[in-house]
Amino acid sequence: MAKIELNFRGMTCPMPIMKISIAVKKGAPGDVFEAVCDDAGFEADVKAWCKETGNELRGITKSGKDIAVTIVRK
Amino acid sequence: MEQSELVRKVEELGERLAVLEKKKSNLTMVLLSGDFDRVMAAFIMANGALAMNKEVTMFVTFWGLDAIKKSTISTSGKTFLEKMVLWMRPKGPGELPTSKMNFAGIGPKLFRYMMGKKNIESLPSLIAMSLELGLRIIACQMSMDVMGIKKEDLIDDVEIGGVAAFLGASYESNTTLFI
Repeated sequence: MAKIELNFRGMTCPMPIMKISIAVKKGAPGDVFEAVCDDAGFEADVKAWCKETGNELRGITKSGKDIAVTIVRK
Repeated sequence: MEQSELVRKVEELGERLAVLEKKKSNLTMVLLSGDFDRVMAAFIMANGALAMNKEVTMFVTFWGLDAIKKSTISTSGKTFLEKMVLWMRPKGPGELPTSKMNFAGIGPKLFRYMMGKKNIESLPSLIAMSLELGLRIIACQMSMDVMGIKKEDLIDDVEIGGVAAFLGASYESNTTLFI
């Protein structure tokens, strides 16, 4: 089970979701993805993406503009 | 009921459910507009749905064809009227006008500059990305005939089709958008 860190700072819709999708597809079940993005729409997008694709959203933390999420691939 | 029969029934229902669920979540779009802002919206949604592992079909008709033209499109072999139409229309995603504040072509340049400054993905790159992720583009044969556009005038990887091809995709989707 690998841990993959992703930095999406400076990216705007739809790129963070595209990059998450590509990264998670490349990974294996159980892999943990830690992504950080400073786009305000990222939180809602990640929630919807995880719900729709069936991947687990393990946590969201915010500090300043940064939104950090932890996703576990199913 | 025999247990083996029950198992078989459950398996069959599982398969049917999988088909229904797959149908439920596909996205089909009609892209009639060739306005930069509308085409941007269409390709952002196409990319988003592809990122959510959906099958996405875009039926491109009328002015929408401007967005999938090759920039190298040539007028040779076309009739006088077809040439006139071609001269007056944008050649590919890099030349599309905006629906508002076009200001004879200055508006789109301004918007592209502002969007670039904010690191927003460009339209040609959104189009390329969606095709790479499996977007199915169907170009409307009838509109192409009207304007004298040939398959080789359009970007590679597009199919040619008519209303039934669009409807076929739409019936297998739960979301159909007209842009």
